[in-house]
Amino acid sequence: MLRIECPFCGLRNHDEFTYLEDGSGEMPALDNIDGEAWYEAVFLRDNPRGMHIEDWHHTQGCRMVLRVSRNTLTHQILSVMPAHPDYKEMFSDSAKSANSAPKSAKAKSAKDGRG
Amino acid sequence: MDGKARVKRYSALRIIKEGLSGHKGWQPAWRDATPKPAYDVIVIGGGGHGLATAYYLASIHGIKNVALLEKGWIGGGNSGRNTTIVRSNYSIEGNTAFYEHSLKLWEGLSQELNYNVMFSQRGHLSLFFTPGQRDALARRYNIMRLNGIDGEFLNRDQVQKMVPHLNYSEDSRFPIMGGFLQPRAGTARHDAVNWGYARAASALGVDIIQNCEVTGFIHEGGKIQGVETNRGEIRAEKIGMAVAGSTSLLAKMAGLGKLPIESHKLQAFVSEPIKPFLDTVLVYSAYNGHFYISQSDKGGMVFGGDLDGYNSYAQQGNLPIYTDVAGCAMNVMPALGRVKILRQWAGIMDMSMDGSPFIAKTDIDGLYLNAGWCYGGFKAIPGSGWCFAHTIANDAPHEINSPLTLDRFRQGRQIDESGHGPFPKAH
Repeated sequence: MLRIECPFCGLRNHDEFTYLEDGSGEMPALDNIDGEAWYEAVFLRDNPRGMHIEDWHHTQGCRMVLRVSRNTLTHQILSVMPAHPDYKEMFSDSAKSANSAPKSAKAKSAKDGRG
Repeated sequence: MDGKARVKRYSALRIIKEGLSGHKGWQPAWRDATPKPAYDVIVIGGGGHGLATAYYLASIHGIKNVALLEKGWIGGGNSGRNTTIVRSNYSIEGNTAFYEHSLKLWEGLSQELNYNVMFSQRGHLSLFFTPGQRDALARRYNIMRLNGIDGEFLNRDQVQKMVPHLNYSEDSRFPIMGGFLQPRAGTARHDAVNWGYARAASALGVDIIQNCEVTGFIHEGGKIQGVETNRGEIRAEKIGMAVAGSTSLLAKMAGLGKLPIESHKLQAFVSEPIKPFLDTVLVYSAYNGHFYISQSDKGGMVFGGDLDGYNSYAQQGNLPIYTDVAGCAMNVMPALGRVKILRQWAGIMDMSMDGSPFIAKTDIDGLYLNAGWCYGGFKAIPGSGWCFAHTIANDAPHEINSPLTLDRFRQGRQIDESGHGPFPKAH
């Protein structure tokens, strides 16, 4: 079982997630009519033996799409981030406080509630 | 060739002779060769596909100065990790002719190689559970019959007569509606296929070189001129790659760039040996289930299911699929409930973006590609070797493998049997 540290839900078994696809590429802009660009983005894969950037959907958790860096040979997971740029920014600004930020916000509101 | 003279035919008479002389006259089935500096053709990959390619290059095309390079030992990769199913029940142009050609080669293979590959045409029965599945299989049945491939459509009673010990109870969660049978399909002994091709190729003069890992390619004047290996430089003007699982790595090394392939792992399982229980290959696919099972000659139930689902080069399976496959088994064949699983393993599949393979020339002169076998490389071994040898010998594909090109995606002519779009997950 792979164990994925979801930034929203914590450490979870990978069978809570649906593997989506290689997350390293960017799709061309929708108004791009260059067939070659679409061919490369849709069909071609780097397929590394080593670090791989990929998207996992937390289907049985928060339902967020996560961008995971994982080694395809050892299955070691190096980082887990939300795939959506807005959320990503929230977590990547200060990587160390990524997990503590929402927790402390929660703690604060709990305190406020009690107070 | 000195190797040729030494190979004696296997026969009943020979067994008696050897028996009378204490079995001291048997020889290794093939020569474990050391590499020469140059060959006419190098085949990279000593699995079934590579071995078959080397054999047909020598036997059909007369190219006997061939080196077959294998990183580990022959048949140690996916050829030794599959569920040994052979069938040709395909419905899309590009697949139909190719797999039927391969099945026909299977039918004469033991005789041709003088090696018993234990090909057993015990039939391949796909069960259906919904009207939608029935209609899809009926369509496939009709297409196969029009292409001259055998098939039979069975109703529930006929399935029950053929395989009486499935779950036919009234309260089963997914009641069996019927099945689609290909009687000429079946199983074969995976090691015997590798060893048979290796022995026959070696007898014709092919050098089978094990523990020889390719570490680089030699390009001169835009053409391929050889490979660098851990056992030195080996030169040839024609090089064929049959390294499913590691195709992307070697393609990058050769300068082919990115390919429409991802490497995924597929598990297989074998149970403890039991008495004869199942005399066909059974495929179960109720709703999202996917499960296939047969019984080996030793009595073990050999079965498998879906991919683990995420890109991997690890050759190690993971637990969720284990659970999933066991669940499918219990649903369709509850009698297996007390049978213990003996071993479980995983192989690395080349998952192509449409579920179909490649046997083609590449953009690099002299470099040929055999790849993208997804779930189904084993059944393709004879046909794949036959077509790949033709492609290498003539520098042009045979009519049968001409649709299996690498640039079919660029041209929008995918061979998408399951019709599910560009995801590397198809069977």
